[in-house]
Amino acid sequence: MTALLSARDIEIRFGGVVAADGIALDVFEGDNLAIIGPNGAGKTTFLNICTGYLAPQAGRVTFKGSDLLGQSPRAITRLGIARAFQIPQLFAEQTVLENMLLAAASRAGRLAPFSRLADIPEREDAEAILHQVGCSDVKERMASELPEGKRKLVDIALALALKPTVLLMDEPTSGVASSEKFAIMDTLIGALRAQHVTSVFVEHDMEMVSRYANRVAVWSTGRIQKEGAPAEVLSDPEVIRTVIGG
Amino acid sequence: MIMRIIFPALVLLAAINPLFFPQWDAFLTIVFAKALPVIGIILLLQAGQVSFGHAMFFAVGAYCAGFVGRWMGGGGEIVILLVAALGASVVAGLFVGIFVVRYRYIFFAMLNLAFSMVLFSLLEKFIHITGGSDGFRIARPTFFGQQLSRSDFELGVYYLALVLLVVSIYGVWRLLDSPIGHALKAIKTNETRVEYLGISPRRTLLIGYVVSAVLAGVGGAMVGVFQGIATPDYAYWTRSGEFVFVAILGGAGHVTGALAGSYVFEFIRVTAAAYLGDTWQLTLGVVLLGIILFAPSGIVGSLIKLGNRVRGVKEKRSQSSIGKAGEIA
Amino acid sequence: MQVLVLATLDGIAYGALVFLVAVGLTLVFGVMRILNVAHGSFYALGAYAAASIGGALASAGLSPWLAYPMFIVAAVLVGVVVGGLMERFLLQRIYGHEETLQLLVTFAVFMILDNAQRLIWGVQPYFYSEPLRLLGNVKIAGITYTAYQTLFLPLVALAVLFGLRWFLRYTLAGSVIVAVTEDREAATAVGINARRVFFLTFVIGVTLASLGGALASPTTSVLPGMGAEMIVLSFAVAATAGLGQIEGAAVAALMIGLGRSMAVFFAPELEVVMPYIIMVLVLLIRPEGLFGKSTARKI
Repeated sequence: MTALLSARDIEIRFGGVVAADGIALDVFEGDNLAIIGPNGAGKTTFLNICTGYLAPQAGRVTFKGSDLLGQSPRAITRLGIARAFQIPQLFAEQTVLENMLLAAASRAGRLAPFSRLADIPEREDAEAILHQVGCSDVKERMASELPEGKRKLVDIALALALKPTVLLMDEPTSGVASSEKFAIMDTLIGALRAQHVTSVFVEHDMEMVSRYANRVAVWSTGRIQKEGAPAEVLSDPEVIRTVIGG
Repeated sequence: MIMRIIFPALVLLAAINPLFFPQWDAFLTIVFAKALPVIGIILLLQAGQVSFGHAMFFAVGAYCAGFVGRWMGGGGEIVILLVAALGASVVAGLFVGIFVVRYRYIFFAMLNLAFSMVLFSLLEKFIHITGGSDGFRIARPTFFGQQLSRSDFELGVYYLALVLLVVSIYGVWRLLDSPIGHALKAIKTNETRVEYLGISPRRTLLIGYVVSAVLAGVGGAMVGVFQGIATPDYAYWTRSGEFVFVAILGGAGHVTGALAGSYVFEFIRVTAAAYLGDTWQLTLGVVLLGIILFAPSGIVGSLIKLGNRVRGVKEKRSQSSIGKAGEIA
Repeated sequence: MQVLVLATLDGIAYGALVFLVAVGLTLVFGVMRILNVAHGSFYALGAYAAASIGGALASAGLSPWLAYPMFIVAAVLVGVVVGGLMERFLLQRIYGHEETLQLLVTFAVFMILDNAQRLIWGVQPYFYSEPLRLLGNVKIAGITYTAYQTLFLPLVALAVLFGLRWFLRYTLAGSVIVAVTEDREAATAVGINARRVFFLTFVIGVTLASLGGALASPTTSVLPGMGAEMIVLSFAVAATAGLGQIEGAAVAALMIGLGRSMAVFFAPELEVVMPYIIMVLVLLIRPEGLFGKSTARKI
């Protein structure tokens, strides 16, 4: 099986800090790959490199065989890699629905100057996604007024509205109330499966990992310490010591 | 509410005004024409960017109308002059825009100022082409093919300015409600996410920039033709400052702020200039500070807020931001 | 050949003046993250104050040598009084606000000061070249040039450059400024009073601008509009160097000064445009300026 998204020999340093030191990782179609590891291990940096926000000093990243390095986040998004953020990145002075419609309009190539954004045909789709992540009730609110948990969900919904092939998520349920976490992840992973979206998510909660990931990669100071099926990786004594802190 | 009732009512009043108060025509013509560049400033403020140099496009429009009129002989035809000014400001807007849309905030503001200062000094220096600081005379053109008397011509220009204003306000209002317009507003709050939605912030801003340049250029051509002269002052930073001032005064959160601001501004200038005399610009500066610090949503924004309070709508958004207008009904 | 020497001398003298103003602008930006659009007005204020002082000295029959110390006194006065008032009553209200709003506030001050200058000093140009004559001429490669421009101005510029470096590195107040520049949150977290640092920085910045104006007054006619020209020019220098870069501003000022004087002699129609051509070229290749560091936002 050939990898959908593939990273090889990625290296990047910020001053003296090594954030990637020979990272190599393959993401296959249908994967729900979890990235775990201590803070500062370079997990977010890896997502930044895959989406063109940062350029590594060495290595290459390919998507369906074509090179991603040197491409802008915009171009990479258009290729079908969407991203949700650790700190929600919303348009604070627009409503949640307007945020969503803008994403949908961009996906559909509808950036015409005189049609109304509110009237685009993708509106139903966008509202359905909002409903899926449980944010229908706040769709007319300004993004800036939302509580942190909702902001996080809208952030993911924006990425989903792009109908990506691969979705990269940075701690998707951090900030979401723990009573809702699993319900939301259930629907999210269900939706990804239904739409055949491959996903990669950075996660700290091991229960989430064992429940929703089919593969796990463990980051440690810019390297992949271990990679494999959750049951195997999470029971590895070395991983338990460095990451899980057991 | 504003675009469905208040604005059409005002336009209707303006349309019948010459029948009742023809002495206001000249004043209102200037109000309408100078509101055009302000609409452009408001458009850019929606993207969070302020230009301290848009007078350059105002001057491009005015001088272009003058050159084309002279080249056609006898002042030319007003429609052709306006189309030429529009074309010239598209070209100028693209030329400057392709460079400045790479930058934001401070750089955007100051690079626009720098470009306008260059144009100003070129207009002053190349005396044999531009007439230097004495300015460039613009002869009265024909009006839709008709050679009109001075008073008929001015009435014609009055209606033409009104039509251009209505088209521009309505057009920019629609633009701001379109996907492109929303992308423009999104640049203000989170440009990174705009990129991550697959939208080019630069291209979006360039579209907004060229539209704003065209509005300034057409406004400049109208003022130039109406006053019969274009001077380097048209490009000077104080005029760019006036545009920004009027946008903030009227309220940068809504396109009609341009009209409200332009009206109040010209009114004060006509009535109070005699008293203020040499302290005009100083007064503007002080008032600008007052608005920014105490009523950043300007005239239209404050009216919307007032209207909401009367109707008992709860205030939802903070008003500390330039370019917001509260709940737009 | 002689023209080249002349152009170089001109460029150095001019670059020295522009540096004095630009370094103030860049220092204020580096610490406060505010671009003071009214900065050029302080340059003009300094120039007018110096010209008035010169005139007063002459009519009082005092030694024209007094002009030199008086220039410094005038610059500090403008810095502390006008700059201090502006920081205390305006800027303090807008720290942390959106950049557009900050730009508009300083722009409003620019409008006010520009008009105030016209009210106080009128629109007729002032000339006060006495300090220029006092220092006499020097001969360099067969060119006679004023010592004021060839020696005095560059020396002052160098003194300011090294003085600032010394101040920022080896004094307590200076290292506090550096700390705040590099990481405001961390600096305030360890108990540095950012307000006092901001006040001090702003006063220094304004003093430098008006010192530039005072020292420029003997070499040029003092007239309305000089403030507007200087703000764009000093911004061009600061942006070319990278906003916040102090040593870089010296290099950029020299580049732009020389570029401009070369244009004056070899392509006069480009004189005004030259500084901007340099800036545009630099920014196209390096958007963060020659010495600036680009930073990515954490997402």
